[in-house]
Amino acid sequence: MASVELKDVRKSYGSTEAVKGVSIAIPDKELCVLVGPSGCGKSTLLRMIAGLEEITAGEVRFDGQVVNAIGPTERDIAMVFQNYALYPHMNVFDNMAYGLRNRGTPKDEIKRRVDEAAKRLELSHLLDRTPRQLSGGQRQRVAMGRAIVREPKVFLFDEPLSNLDAKLRGQMRVEIKSLQRALGVTSVYVTHDQLEAMTLADILVVMNGGLVEQAGRPLDIYEKPASTFVASFIGAPPMNLLKLSDLSVTAPAGAETLGFRPEDAVIASATSGLRLEARIEAVEPVGAESFLHGTTPGGRVILRAPGRSQVEVGERVAVNVPADKLHFFDAQGKRVEGQGVSVQI
Amino acid sequence: MTPRVVFPNKLLPYLLVAPQLAITLIFFYWPASQALQQSLQREDPFGLKSQFVGLANFRKVLADPNYINALQVTVIFSVATAFVAMAVALLLAVQADKVVRGKGFYRTLMIWPYAVAPAIAGMLWLFLFSPSIGTFAVLMRNLGIAWDPLLNGNQAMALVVAAASWKQISYNFLFFVAGLQAIPKSLIEAAAIDGARETKRFWTIVFPLLAPTTFFLLVINTTYAFFDTFGIIHAVTGGGPGKATETLVYKVYNDGFVNLVLGDSAAQSVILMVIVIALTAVQFRYVERKVHYG
Repeated sequence: MASVELKDVRKSYGSTEAVKGVSIAIPDKELCVLVGPSGCGKSTLLRMIAGLEEITAGEVRFDGQVVNAIGPTERDIAMVFQNYALYPHMNVFDNMAYGLRNRGTPKDEIKRRVDEAAKRLELSHLLDRTPRQLSGGQRQRVAMGRAIVREPKVFLFDEPLSNLDAKLRGQMRVEIKSLQRALGVTSVYVTHDQLEAMTLADILVVMNGGLVEQAGRPLDIYEKPASTFVASFIGAPPMNLLKLSDLSVTAPAGAETLGFRPEDAVIASATSGLRLEARIEAVEPVGAESFLHGTTPGGRVILRAPGRSQVEVGERVAVNVPADKLHFFDAQGKRVEGQGVSVQI
Repeated sequence: MTPRVVFPNKLLPYLLVAPQLAITLIFFYWPASQALQQSLQREDPFGLKSQFVGLANFRKVLADPNYINALQVTVIFSVATAFVAMAVALLLAVQADKVVRGKGFYRTLMIWPYAVAPAIAGMLWLFLFSPSIGTFAVLMRNLGIAWDPLLNGNQAMALVVAAASWKQISYNFLFFVAGLQAIPKSLIEAAAIDGARETKRFWTIVFPLLAPTTFFLLVINTTYAFFDTFGIIHAVTGGGPGKATETLVYKVYNDGFVNLVLGDSAAQSVILMVIVIALTAVQFRYVERKVHYG
């Protein structure tokens, strides 16, 4: 158990910089999720925390102590890999016991800890199987088990659920969260799935192009995205972004782009807030709600309507977004605070 | 399942396998049956007539202390050659795996010795280690080692083992490099995080995962040491001093082509054939089963 702190961490391969100065502070026992598109440097960052990748510049601290020069063997971390990286020639018990044996844990202590972890992960009946005799979900559990028996300072997860099917992924997501809570181990979790990121994170770090776009509590980020990148990356379907120059809206100074979440739009005519007319191009009913794809003078939008939508394809509808649900971004895509009101149809 | 290919022409399938069959027939079954036939006959000194003698040749060969000696020499030579060739190749492959720059160049250099013909390889080693003209022989004598493989049987054995291994190392190296590359990097990283240092990682993760490669090479190297080392032994020691480096194959040659005792020689070939079949069968039946992981 430890707090983890990154201070202006950089990584370059030759002349290309993969991580361009990242600073994050993760308090003890919290779960930090690094999320971003592929190639944004999130995995590289995780591997630097693990000690698998050399840190070009900056500092990684565990509990205030710089660990840059400490190799992965001595860093006292546990990592769950994307492909699980189970030892194929060892059975489940040995896979979990390997790390303890290497550290000279007494035999009965190893047995106690492995049995306990196996019980927690419902693996007790599989202890003498080899990895190839297990299903994907079971392998994932063994990988988790291998991490928790060690009782390390920090857990690192490198897209641990991306090889599972959607249903299992949802299940394991909940399990990982409750396991992390129960064990109270500081964790860093890398994913490209924004849903996983939102639901798991105590601290969410959105990365893009080797830099942190925004870090904070997931709902804060959802409600106040710091940039158009974050706005379109977090949330599914993403935030609607419209060019202000195509709309006649009174906007804060410097704003170029207007955004609103699909669920904040109401199909109704109103006298305040943003008023738009949208021509509906497609309707996607998903059961509990429907997604309406439409075109407006400012560009394409997606609207979220509860239940089954009565709107037909080809119909023109009036769209209203309350003034306090509008987001504004400047020419560089950075958030601009302030509210605007529309007079446009 | 892939669909079975059906040939409309009845003759075509036979034609397609004919070249392979012809080669096997001419170069294996025919000589093998000749050897089998000869092993049951005794030839007169002038090669004018032969006489059926049953298993007399086999009895004679197996009772011959020289044959037992050749068997021992072969076992020592093969085990030593296979072990040295594989161990050194593995060491080099593991080191080559760490090289980042010039990997391809380094590997290419490592593969060259395989292109050297056995007899040439033997000559090279002879030039280096011959007690009268060898460069290294001089160095060793200056270091106080009484180096004389022409008189000392153990030294002669060491020399042929070294030469035979040297030639096979390249081949083993290639397979070990490929085997090492097939081990996912994340496994090594997981082991590092699990607290295993390099040596420990090698013996607990890498080496067990290389087992399929190692097994394959074990079969290949044993067969190599048994049969393909004639040229080296012939060039370096000629089976001597005494009979210290006379392997079974070398003795077959000596008895058949030098001493012209064809019956004995043929009987020895048949025994060799049985040994190889048995060895391969045992290796595949008992060793291979334990070495494959999915």
